[in-house]
Amino acid sequence: MANERERKERFAGVSDRPVQRVYGPEDLSGWDPERDLGEPGQYPFTRGIHGTMYRGRLWTMRQFAGFGSAEETNARFKFLLQQGQTGLSVAFDMPTLLGYDSDHPYAAGEVGKLGVAIDSLKDFEVLMDGIPLGQVSTSMTINPPASIMLAMYLAVAEQQGVPWSQVQGTIQNDILKDYIAQKTYIYPPEPSLRVITDVMTFAAKHVPKWNTISISGYHIREAGATAAQELAFTLADGCCYVEAAMKAGLDVDEFAPRLSFFFDVHNDFFEEIAKFRAARRLWARLMREKYGAKDPRSWMLRTHAQTAGVSLTAQQPVNNTIRVALQALAAVLGGTQSLHTNSYDEALALPTEEAVKIALRTQQIIAEESGVANVVDPLAGSYYVESLTNQLEQEALAYFDKIESMGGVVKAIERNLFQREIADSAYRFQRRQMSGDYKVVGVNAYADSDEQINTQILRVDKAVQRRQIDRIASVKASRDGARAAGALAELHRASQTSENLMPYIIECVKAYCTEGEICGVWRELWGEYREESVY
Amino acid sequence: MERKLRVLVAKLGLDAHDRGAKVVARAYRDAGFEVIYTGIYQRPEGVADAAIQEDVDVVAISSLAGAHTVLIPQLIELLKAQGADDILFLAGGVIPEEDAEDLKAAGVAAVFGPGSDLDEIIQFTQANVRRA
Amino acid sequence: MSEELTPSAAPAPGAANPASTVTDAAGTAARPLDDLLARFRTGERRALARAISLVENGAPEAAELLRHLWSRTGKSHVIGITGPPGAGKSTLVDRLAGEFRTQGKSVGILAVDPTSPFSGGAILGDRIRMGRTLADPGVFMRSLASRGHLGGLSAATAEVIALLDAFGFDVILVETVGAGQSEVEVMGLAQTTLVVLIPGMGDEIQAIKAGILEIGDLFAVNKADRDGADRAVMEIEMMLDLGHMGEAGINRWEAVQPNSGALARLDRTGHHAADELADVKGLTNAARHAAERHGTANPGDISWRPPVLKTVAKDAQGVGDLVARLNEHHQFLAETGRIERLRAAEAKSKLRERISQEVARIILARAEESGDLQMMTDQLANRLIDPLTAAQAILAKHLR
Repeated sequence: MANERERKERFAGVSDRPVQRVYGPEDLSGWDPERDLGEPGQYPFTRGIHGTMYRGRLWTMRQFAGFGSAEETNARFKFLLQQGQTGLSVAFDMPTLLGYDSDHPYAAGEVGKLGVAIDSLKDFEVLMDGIPLGQVSTSMTINPPASIMLAMYLAVAEQQGVPWSQVQGTIQNDILKDYIAQKTYIYPPEPSLRVITDVMTFAAKHVPKWNTISISGYHIREAGATAAQELAFTLADGCCYVEAAMKAGLDVDEFAPRLSFFFDVHNDFFEEIAKFRAARRLWARLMREKYGAKDPRSWMLRTHAQTAGVSLTAQQPVNNTIRVALQALAAVLGGTQSLHTNSYDEALALPTEEAVKIALRTQQIIAEESGVANVVDPLAGSYYVESLTNQLEQEALAYFDKIESMGGVVKAIERNLFQREIADSAYRFQRRQMSGDYKVVGVNAYADSDEQINTQILRVDKAVQRRQIDRIASVKASRDGARAAGALAELHRASQTSENLMPYIIECVKAYCTEGEICGVWRELWGEYREESVY
Repeated sequence: MERKLRVLVAKLGLDAHDRGAKVVARAYRDAGFEVIYTGIYQRPEGVADAAIQEDVDVVAISSLAGAHTVLIPQLIELLKAQGADDILFLAGGVIPEEDAEDLKAAGVAAVFGPGSDLDEIIQFTQANVRRA
Repeated sequence: MSEELTPSAAPAPGAANPASTVTDAAGTAARPLDDLLARFRTGERRALARAISLVENGAPEAAELLRHLWSRTGKSHVIGITGPPGAGKSTLVDRLAGEFRTQGKSVGILAVDPTSPFSGGAILGDRIRMGRTLADPGVFMRSLASRGHLGGLSAATAEVIALLDAFGFDVILVETVGAGQSEVEVMGLAQTTLVVLIPGMGDEIQAIKAGILEIGDLFAVNKADRDGADRAVMEIEMMLDLGHMGEAGINRWEAVQPNSGALARLDRTGHHAADELADVKGLTNAARHAAERHGTANPGDISWRPPVLKTVAKDAQGVGDLVARLNEHHQFLAETGRIERLRAAEAKSKLRERISQEVARIILARAEESGDLQMMTDQLANRLIDPLTAAQAILAKHLR
């Protein structure tokens, strides 16, 4: 019996779900490959949304970039495109994310720090200068002002002579996860959902290749949720948007094919793979059975993935390269459509160019050298992976019931269901780490006691804010003041009706109204949301 | 009755990453502190008011965004100007070494990086509270 | 005897000599406590905050502080706000403070949160929900942890209220944890008790009505934009009608015939109401309390029928009305002389509590010093004596 002894009593990964020593056929009783697995590219899409997957086309390697001014970010974009990146991803600074111009007192010290500062169309013109918007696809990670950034993108496309029907990209535009985890909200849920459905309706008609929402689990996970919570809360948010759009009168098949998702990829390798597979199966079933979607494209869960920023350590930072590689591998085995790999120095500050390049090379090595891209869903049929896939789906369904019983997602937000669940998980994980139950190499295991953290850090030029402020002043001085004022007044008026707001936003943007001015109209009308904090 | 230590856990500016702040707040509670948590999107003036009214021994600021170099020194100045110079100031989060040096010069007693040991934070706090 | 009853500034015999006051001799202007008092009197908020800490911690200086400041108390309108967790009390308090400020009144806020019984720590998060008014220099807010006090309010709450009162706030809002006995306790500390409920808790209202309906001077159905608000208002109104006759608000009844003989026997001021009603069969505690605090339904009498209002604190709906009613209740208390009686009752209970605490402390100290306490404890533990006899023996010897 001596060889039956194990290293510890309980084995569990990052989500703290206990796992068995070994999995076998008895763990898959009731599992029906026909029903639960299907063929790649076929309902319920457990094996992937395309029949050929990466044999047809590799995933999009999309690195999130943006810092400082529009000029600097534009230069970084051109560098990344040269390196073989196939899509752009814009990170905005905090004032832009929260609808404040760079000259707002609250913006002091934040301008250009975590992303690029965009105050008016002038900045956007510089940001996209020399980048053919008809050929690239651009992802913009922004929520309450997402409609404004899309409007700016469309205005620049028009200047370049690119028809709206050809521009491609994604706006995050997912406000629910902000109330739940990310906290970059501005207005209360109701008017926020209205703007989102306006964007969905407008884009369905005029910008058909644009993904109008990226339903995000990433921030939920980063805030401390487990894999099952990430899966459940994200899909629940997705259902909430579907219901809002249907309530606004859209047919489900008009907009559902443009919905996209965004998941985190954390450390627990097989759990992450199973999470992507469970997400696709669950979404397909919801869309077909619950919402009656007929178009197979409405059933497909298309997703972007990003490696877990929260898993990066400031200690022995080069180790992060390995963490990122393993997480990226899980995302690929899970069948993601696009992927961002974090840079190893991100626990210290914004990444350097060298670190960004290594992160991109990590994806390229997986794609070109590892051979995992040659076969579709290579882990299907594994007792462990299939049983994890089932378990995650079940756990998510249990959360759906809980949310339903509270009266839906918005009600559950008001009653702090998500916030409480996440805070509990975050604290439990931190405690596991403190007790040594969960080991982090270089932090609570194999730490270097005399380590000097000495990574090169990219610093943002403090002159950025000065320049942005000057640019706002010159934009306001040179624009047609009457046109700008009129556009804002019209937006104010239309916001109190049920008209679609997108045309009004586009007119504001073209009149060089600033983001802060546009958001200011809504702040005045709708007020600001405040959370009931839960810890 | 024993004197309870009171700590204000604050987030300044537009940085909404509050996972760390909440975890630290819970750890302080579990170590027997009374924790005043003021939520995200706070201005230095508001945090200073809270620190005065709540008569805290410690102000712990969590920062994962850029503005700590501006806002934390502002907060410390505001409190010193009101005579509250016996408060222990701590900072935590993603704070580069150079910034940490600047913050220490401004009056922050210690800067705790990502993944810091919670027990270490608690012990440091208990050992360094200045008020009798 | 009269000399012995003169209040003395010197510490009671056996009391710990407050170390940080150094000495009681005259002319020690440098004493930290004098400095604190001086700053308190000039309205320095940091001095108030520090004074609250001393009182909360039961610091030796606390007694002296209160002695010096007591004459300044008795001016504030103290409003207790209670109700179940999740009713939106903090947000409502924030709105109430804002409304009182527009009337030019200064506002002190106390928010009590539970202390963890395991660690002794607490997370006090009410400031988050009160963010709207806290920047106003006419508002001062302090978070208190219950610190293991059984009722749910902090043991020091009454004294902290006294400090805010002495500091000169026109209105003091005391928000309780909404659990345990805090509702009843807050009623003892406040002149006006506001009970906050939310729609959709019909069964819960049934369950708690005995505890909560008897203490409310006003009821707010918050989050009234949710389904079931009107039903909740109706249910509360109905339950209130079981214990009181009349219409909401100050009722100056002209000629309405009370339909209960029992209530008709109450005198004009309602002063003896509870005692008299205690003899009447079939009347609930709730009715007795209501009758005592809210007056009678005798024709011509001024009585108070607790109003039930709908509010949506997050949008400030109904808050103006609520404040008008809170002010009206204060006026009712003043007009009917109840405010004096409340103060007298409060003074009596404070005195009783203090005496029993002091007596216990003195007797226990003497018994300890003489070794009697240990001796009796041993006998008791060995079942040689019963607790009451042991206590009586100690009292007989040391209570002189």
